[in-house]
Amino acid sequence: MTIEATTPSGERMILNMGPHHPATHGVLRIVVESDGEVVANCTPDHGYLHRSIEKIGECVEWQMFVPYTDRIDYVCAMNANLAYCVGVEQLLRSDPGTAVQVPFRAECIRVLVAELNRISSHMIAVGAMAMDVGAVTPFLHSIAQREMVNDIFEKLCGQRLTYNYITVGGVAYDLTPGAPDEIASFLNTFEKEMVRFNKLITTNTIFRDRCASVAVVTSDEAIAWGLVGPNLRGSGVDWDLRRDEPYGIYGQLAVRVPFGERFAGRHGAVGDCYDRYIVRLLEVQESVRLCREVLKLLPPPAPKATDQTGGFQADVKKQLARPPKGEMYSRTEAPRGEMGYFIVSDGTKVPYRVRCRTGSFSAAGIFHHVMKGIFLADVVAVIGSFDVVVPEIDR
Amino acid sequence: MSALSFAELCERVHARWPAVEAKRSDNGQPFLLVPATELVALVQWLRSDRELRFDALSDLTGYDLMKYPATPPSDAIAVVYVLFSYVQKHKLMLRVLAPRAACVVPSVSFLWPAALYFEREVWDLLGVHFDGHPTLLRIMTPQDWVGHPLRKDYIYPSEYHGVPHLREGQHFEHVPQREGDAVKAAPTAPAAPAKGAPPA
Amino acid sequence: MTDDPMMNALPGSTKQKAGNQLDEQIHLTAVDEFLAWGKENSLFYLLFATACCGIELMQAGGPRYDLDRLGMIPRATPRQSDLMIIAGTITHKMAERVRLIYQQMTEPRWVVSMGSCANSGGPFSKWSYSVLNGIDKYIPVDIYIPGCPPRPEALIDGVYALRERVRRYRTLGVRETVPHIVASADAAFGCHFGKGGSKQPEEPKA
Repeated sequence: MTIEATTPSGERMILNMGPHHPATHGVLRIVVESDGEVVANCTPDHGYLHRSIEKIGECVEWQMFVPYTDRIDYVCAMNANLAYCVGVEQLLRSDPGTAVQVPFRAECIRVLVAELNRISSHMIAVGAMAMDVGAVTPFLHSIAQREMVNDIFEKLCGQRLTYNYITVGGVAYDLTPGAPDEIASFLNTFEKEMVRFNKLITTNTIFRDRCASVAVVTSDEAIAWGLVGPNLRGSGVDWDLRRDEPYGIYGQLAVRVPFGERFAGRHGAVGDCYDRYIVRLLEVQESVRLCREVLKLLPPPAPKATDQTGGFQADVKKQLARPPKGEMYSRTEAPRGEMGYFIVSDGTKVPYRVRCRTGSFSAAGIFHHVMKGIFLADVVAVIGSFDVVVPEIDR
Repeated sequence: MSALSFAELCERVHARWPAVEAKRSDNGQPFLLVPATELVALVQWLRSDRELRFDALSDLTGYDLMKYPATPPSDAIAVVYVLFSYVQKHKLMLRVLAPRAACVVPSVSFLWPAALYFEREVWDLLGVHFDGHPTLLRIMTPQDWVGHPLRKDYIYPSEYHGVPHLREGQHFEHVPQREGDAVKAAPTAPAAPAKGAPPA
Repeated sequence: MTDDPMMNALPGSTKQKAGNQLDEQIHLTAVDEFLAWGKENSLFYLLFATACCGIELMQAGGPRYDLDRLGMIPRATPRQSDLMIIAGTITHKMAERVRLIYQQMTEPRWVVSMGSCANSGGPFSKWSYSVLNGIDKYIPVDIYIPGCPPRPEALIDGVYALRERVRRYRTLGVRETVPHIVASADAAFGCHFGKGGSKQPEEPKA
């Protein structure tokens, strides 16, 4: 139900949102030109958190860049680490002399932590979206679940938010002995909590009607505007890199991909805010299933860290001192969509160019397109439904 | 319909666009080197051709070749296009070399609106001017920022709007020296060298 | 009122059980002390976050750490807030805005700089061209909390340090300008930035 931005009186009001605005998920600034209650035009303004991470990539050594990837996307830092490390490993594999074989146990741990972090990231996303449209309680429930995941990660690597856990060639530490059981019991309690959460907000008629048919992005639009991840799938495109271009051990797992199917019922449309919201919740369910599947595959630890099966880290010091000269474009599926790394190496221990292509950047690019003609009050719902994280836009 | 390999893609492109060269990077990654003058016509065809149908611009980025140990050495800016087809599931990398002196590349934003943001970013960080872009403004740095930071000869600012960049007694860490730095990069001494700026 | 521990904690209170006599119903205290007591128990903070520390700030306000129990409630506008927690990296582009927000707050106002980035630029101080190395170049900071990001416990530690300062605040006195740096355990091991080793954490022998 897009409404034409008519201007009966010809007068428009300029409304500035941000960079300090509680609903913009960080320092995002949007200048809205409004005609009464309807958004006639909007101009996002970025760069308030541009921390020059890509330039830093040209100054630090290969392994030293991993902590900075945490800060590219701190809501899902494990996935951000993974994206970079997969990219570097693919670069190393392009030359048989420097090929790295990641131990199987490390691959399992990677998938495990990446999926757990996908859960906690989507919990922030759906909770914050609910908070943006006016329901504060679900956010408290979702953040309580995030705390549980943080506890697991804290035992694993000592950090709650920026983990620096996945390294080139494996992971930094092995799983602590009790970790698989803890994760399994967390998954069980989490599933029960999700039932409560869905009763609280997802099936809530007010919330559903608030999001239905708002900011509809058709599948063609989504592809042309470069949307990725849940935003793309919310528009009904059946595409997931974990299934269609598998990396790591995702090829051995059966990844089921949810996509938008007009979940809001007859008032909705494929690709509206509610579809994007539901796709995230379904992905959380899928992540829970993947975690259980990986826990079954997890081989017992070996005494030697570099062991090909039970080890957790391959020795990559030699390879990283002399990586092959050349370039590599790799992409992985982060919670906010495809995270692509374009890495150029000049054969030294310092990258020549590290470019990170993130999902939020494209999602921010479509804002001025989808926000034309929606109600002013829906602007925050749209920002929430695209789940942008500002450092991913600005980097 | 199935995904085409790079060789098959090349064959089809070459039949129509003889000026486009198929190349491989130093580690064997294939890409097409496109002259800037033919870019727009080529991508229009790549997008609309029924067999190819590159409906998505996966990424658009670039890097400065100034210090890259290539043969022959070049100081151009490479603009990299990663195209992807959700219909056919194949991928293609294009490259346009923009000379440093006249860094202009035609915009592809009319085909893929995703390029609107990517091109602004490349303009901001690498200083490539995209001809035909509707709003080619800086996107990351403030509008009054000086220089394009990801160029290899970028000199770090000492202050912004009167606020010094570094704390008292702090210096920029030395950017690690690369092989061949001494030969290639004759440092173009800035008029007012920034205090503690890394060696060019 | 009789058993209210809060009232007994009033500055100048004789801590006697109040009875029905007139002198038992009246507390004698200085206006400033009474105001400070109110202020330190209702530090409304500005809901303002720029980067990674913002998530920790959110989680500190969440159900587990629950800043509400310290009387801290997030406010969306600087006009209603006493405390500004600078959570995250401040870039040159953002810094002017931060000052603008700070100027909108009414006196008495306090600033907590949360995390290494706001303190000194943190991991971005060495190679970044766009990050401001420390928000204290723009606005006065009362409390510095180290960590990248600091744990919610460290933030709460910082809040307690700030409450001490609020208690000492006098309306007509001279404003304290010497900043306080929270030296929590977090500063020692909370930030393992750039470590990236392959050592396994030691397991306690059962």
